[in-house]
Amino acid sequence: MTDQPAGAAGPTGAATEQPAGTAAAVHRTVAAVWRMEAARIIAGLARVTGDVGLAEELAQDALVTALEQWPRTGVPPNPAGWLTTTARNRAIDAHRRRAVGRRAVETLGREAVGRGADRHGDPAPEDADPIGDDLLRLLFTACHPVLGTQARVALTLRCLGGLSTEEIARAFLVPESTAAQRVVRAKRTLADRGVTFTLPEPPELAERLASVLEVIYLIFNEGYSATAGEDWTRPGLCEEALRLGRVLAGLVPDEPEVHGLLALMEIQASRLPARTSPAGEPVPLAEQDRRRWDRLLIRRGLAALARAETLPAPIGPYTLQAGIAACHARAASVADTDWARIAALYEVLGGLWPSPVVQLNRAVAVGMANGPAAGLAVLDAVDTAALARYPQLPAVRGDLLERLGRADEARAEFRRAAGLTRNAGERALFLRRAGDA
Amino acid sequence: MHYLIMLQGTQPAEPPPPALMDAIMNLGAEATAAGALLDTAGLAPSALGGARVSLAGGHLSVMDGPFAESKEFISYALYQVRSREEAVEWASRFLRLHQEHWPAWEGEATVLKVFGPEDAPAP
Repeated sequence: MTDQPAGAAGPTGAATEQPAGTAAAVHRTVAAVWRMEAARIIAGLARVTGDVGLAEELAQDALVTALEQWPRTGVPPNPAGWLTTTARNRAIDAHRRRAVGRRAVETLGREAVGRGADRHGDPAPEDADPIGDDLLRLLFTACHPVLGTQARVALTLRCLGGLSTEEIARAFLVPESTAAQRVVRAKRTLADRGVTFTLPEPPELAERLASVLEVIYLIFNEGYSATAGEDWTRPGLCEEALRLGRVLAGLVPDEPEVHGLLALMEIQASRLPARTSPAGEPVPLAEQDRRRWDRLLIRRGLAALARAETLPAPIGPYTLQAGIAACHARAASVADTDWARIAALYEVLGGLWPSPVVQLNRAVAVGMANGPAAGLAVLDAVDTAALARYPQLPAVRGDLLERLGRADEARAEFRRAAGLTRNAGERALFLRRAGDA
Repeated sequence: MHYLIMLQGTQPAEPPPPALMDAIMNLGAEATAAGALLDTAGLAPSALGGARVSLAGGHLSVMDGPFAESKEFISYALYQVRSREEAVEWASRFLRLHQEHWPAWEGEATVLKVFGPEDAPAP
C-alpha cells in the first residue's frame, strides 16, 4: 500500500491512462479531507483574523488551490496539514492585500516565520487547537443569536460541517442561490453587528449555548422528519447533527443539556433503520420492528443520558426528552413500555417548556397508560388553534378515536392529517389509515 | 454512513513500540472528538481463544485457533463518516502511524461500508 489514500493519483500520475477517473478520485479525496478539516482550518484562521466570514473565504481559497493542484501533483502525504498551511499562507497574502489591520498581519507574519511550503504539508504547531477553544468559538459564532434561524443553520453547516452551498441547498430543498445568499448574509450580519470571535461570558453563556443546541437539533429534525419533499428521512442530516453534538459534548463536557441533546439524537437515530417501510412510508413507533433498532446508538445514547443525569444541574428539556426516548429504547415492545413514566416526563417537560406539541405527546402517552378515553381528555385541553396546521394533531386524535371504536370520526381526522402534511410518505400513511388508499 | 475498518497484519514477535500505541491512542481521541469514531477495540491473536465456526456440506464444524493464515485480525474500528473517502482517510492516517513508528510492520486495513438507513431502496 502506498502512502496515499487509495484511488489518489501518484506524483507521476496516471492521467494519460485514466484521465476522468483519476481526476474524479482526487476530487473526492480533496472533498473528504476538506469536510474533515474545514472546521478546524476556519477556526484557526478566524482566531488570527477575528472575522469568521473572511476566514471561511480564505479556507475556501485553499480548497480551490488543492482542487487545482492535486490532480497534477498528487495528493500530499498529509493532506489535512497541506490545506491548513496553504490556508494560513493565503491569509497572510490576503491580509497584506486587504490591509485589514496591522496587528493581525504582524501576528500572522510572526506565526509564519520559518514556514516554507512544506512538501509533506505538515502543519506548524501553532495551528493546533488542543483544547478546541477555537472550534467552540466558531460554533458559538456561527450560531450567534443576532442571526436568524436559517442563517445559523446554513453557516453552521458551512463552517462546522464543511458543506458546500450546493449541499446545503440539497439538504434543505432550496435553490442553490438561496443557500448561498443565506451564508453570505449571515457572514455580513456578523461583521455589521461587530460580533467578535470570542467565547461567551457566563451571564450570556446559557442563552448562547441554547442557541447552539437549537441549531443542532433543527438540523437533526430536518433529517429525521423531512418537512417537505419525497424522502421521509434524510439520514445524512441526522448524522451531521449527531457529529456536531458529539463534537460539542467533547468541547463542553460539563453542560448536562449538551449530553441530553446528544442522548436524544443518538436514541432517535437508532430507530432510523426501522422508521421507513420498504415502500418509503413512515413507520410509526408502535409498528416498528425493534430488532432493527441500532443497538450501538442506543448504548451510546443511554451512556450520554447517564452523563447528563449525573451532572449537577436542574434537569433540562433535552435531557427530559432523552429520558422519554430512553423509555422506548429500553422497552422490548409497545406493551412493555413504561407509558406512565413517559406521561410523567411529558408533564415535567410541559412545565419547563409549555408547548401544545408537548401536550399532544402527553395525550399519546396517557392514552397508552390509561386508555384512549383518558388520552382524548388530555387532547381536548390542547390549544388546537396553535396546532391548526400541524398534521400530528388530527393523526393522534384519529388514533384515539379509532381505539374507542369511533371509526367514522377517526377516518375524518386521518383525512385531515393527510391534507395538512407536506411529506409524501406521511400523506400515504394517513390516507391508508383513513381507508382511502 | 458507517464504515467498519479492520486491521490485519502478520503477528509480530515483539510488542508494538510504545510510541506507536501512544500515537494510536491520540488518533483515537482525535477521531472521537471529531464525532467520527463510534467504537474500536484490539483483538487477541487467534491462538488465544479464537475459534472458527463453519457450515459446509450441510455440516457445522468448530475449529479452534490458531488459524493457518499468516495474517491475523488485529483490531477493528467503527466510524461514522460522510463518504468512502473519509473512511479511507482515517484508515490511511492509522497506517501512517505504523509507517512512522514501526517501519518494519506490514499489514492492511480493510474498509467496508455498513448497510444503513441511507441504503434503503428508493420507493
